Amino acid sequence: MQRYILRRLLQGALLLFIVALVVFTLARVSGNPIDLLVREDATAEDRAHLQKALGLDRPMHEQLYIFLTGAVRGDLGQSIRYRRSAAEVFFERLPNTLKLLPLAMAGALAIAIPLGVLAAVYRGTLVDRLAGGLAVLGIATPQFWLGIVLIYVFSIQLGVLPSARMGGPSHYVLPAVTLGVFLLAGMMRLVRSSLLEVMGSEFVKLARLKGLSQTIVIWKHCLRNALIPVVTLFGVYFALLVTGAIVTETVFAWPGVGRLTYEAVIFRDYPLLQAVILLKAVIVLSVNLVVDILYAYLDPRVRYA
Amino acid sequence: MSTEASSRGDLARLPWISFSIIVVLVVAAVFAPLLAPHSPTEQSLPDKLRPPAWQEGGSMKHLLGTDVLGRDVLSRLVYGARVSLTVAAVALIAGGGVGLALGILAGYTGGRVDNFIMRVVDATLTFPTILIALLLAVSLGQGLGTIAIAITVIIWARFARIVRGEVLSVKTRDFVALARVHGCSHLRIMAVHIVPNVLNTFMVLLTLHIGFVVIVEATLSFLGAGIPPPTPSWGQMVSDGRSHIASAWWLSVVPGGAIMLVVLVFNLFGDWLRDWLDPRLRQV
Repeated sequence: MQRYILRRLLQGALLLFIVALVVFTLARVSGNPIDLLVREDATAEDRAHLQKALGLDRPMHEQLYIFLTGAVRGDLGQSIRYRRSAAEVFFERLPNTLKLLPLAMAGALAIAIPLGVLAAVYRGTLVDRLAGGLAVLGIATPQFWLGIVLIYVFSIQLGVLPSARMGGPSHYVLPAVTLGVFLLAGMMRLVRSSLLEVMGSEFVKLARLKGLSQTIVIWKHCLRNALIPVVTLFGVYFALLVTGAIVTETVFAWPGVGRLTYEAVIFRDYPLLQAVILLKAVIVLSVNLVVDILYAYLDPRVRYA
Repeated sequence: MSTEASSRGDLARLPWISFSIIVVLVVAAVFAPLLAPHSPTEQSLPDKLRPPAWQEGGSMKHLLGTDVLGRDVLSRLVYGARVSLTVAAVALIAGGGVGLALGILAGYTGGRVDNFIMRVVDATLTFPTILIALLLAVSLGQGLGTIAIAITVIIWARFARIVRGEVLSVKTRDFVALARVHGCSHLRIMAVHIVPNVLNTFMVLLTLHIGFVVIVEATLSFLGAGIPPPTPSWGQMVSDGRSHIASAWWLSVVPGGAIMLVVLVFNLFGDWLRDWLDPRLRQV
């Protein structure tokens, strides 16, 4: 187990290093990195000052060393737009995103599991087709568009839900739905197919032979096992949510790190964008690491694979 | 769906509606200058924010209305199809090609190379790769090349994983060993004997990913990292219309609906192609 954890930690660190390398390189391939790192109206003195501070006049490997040691100490540069530490801005916004993600995840699970079970149990019937059709539609719907349509229907036409910014509980509804639907289709299909697989296995036949009712067999015996793939994919879902949050928060003017990412792109705030990417990478990799370790703890087969 | 059915039977099940929409779309994209009623970039402020023809105040002159600058929405939509399909084609060829090459390399070589490539594939699949795409747009500037690289970063791993699995079974077949005995180099075996045998899978994967790539491209455009204006792109149109959603719903809803329709028909077509050419991919 310890070896497994150590190996995973090393893999995570390696990946983080690769991401940092990409960020570092991209700032430098398009000419003088100083152009990406300071405001356009910066004076020659400012530029010279920053150039010196970042060591941009030194050889490449020294620059990389300065960048990496800075990053490790949490110094990810100054945001051009906010004129202060990019990491600071990121951590101010992070709680707002963390309030949204679990809600979207819970909502998606709450709908995907029953729907997937229904589709599997009533395989080939109208219910199954309806659920399948919903999934196909869900996959084809661009998330940003769904958000805008929801705003149009529920905020503008019906006037029942707020369309932007944070506030009371009602402010969470539309963003959480937009973000949740993003996961829903894939999750539902997964629950359906893995439940179908489990339903054909020996222990389920035995449970039925024992005379257990259909409800107990499905919801207790089958579903537990059918949900394993869903749990395994938690890391993938989390990465999807982080991606989805960029679009959702942009549409709903939600002051989280997703919206911050969009701002960094729109205002060409390279230092902010590189900070956002590195910090999000750390978060996503940590979540993946924890999930994998928990999983290996629960299922020993994984450790030795 | 039965896998033993003759190809004739499967052709009969061709999703005709999806297929016709795809044909219309491709024709519209290719002949955009002939089909579009107006120029997609020509502004006409007196005509601004006209609603679609069927709404009060709309006219047949602008079937789908006009935007804030008085540009014809239908014409922009038709030209936008061109952008979407071009980007999708270029990006798929780039990303799919990289995935194919690395998938074959991993599957055929095995051992450490395989292990390394597959670790990177796993990492890529659990990483929000769109972040790298956004970074590319900011540092390299917006344009077709940037998007192609960005989408390659996003999709290559999906191709590599499945192609590798396929290669693992192909390489155990007798003709590979025979080629080896004949003195073929590994490179030649991969190019001449492996590639043709994973081509079906590859074609199906390409088709199944068209919709995905169209959505990714639209999302990048929406986030200000796609093809730069004034070239009309659907994601950009949705984004531009967002601030006028209360007064001019069609500006966002129409191009977004177009994206959805296109993705839907390509996905349905891809499903059919998969069932026909490579039913084993069903679980993917």
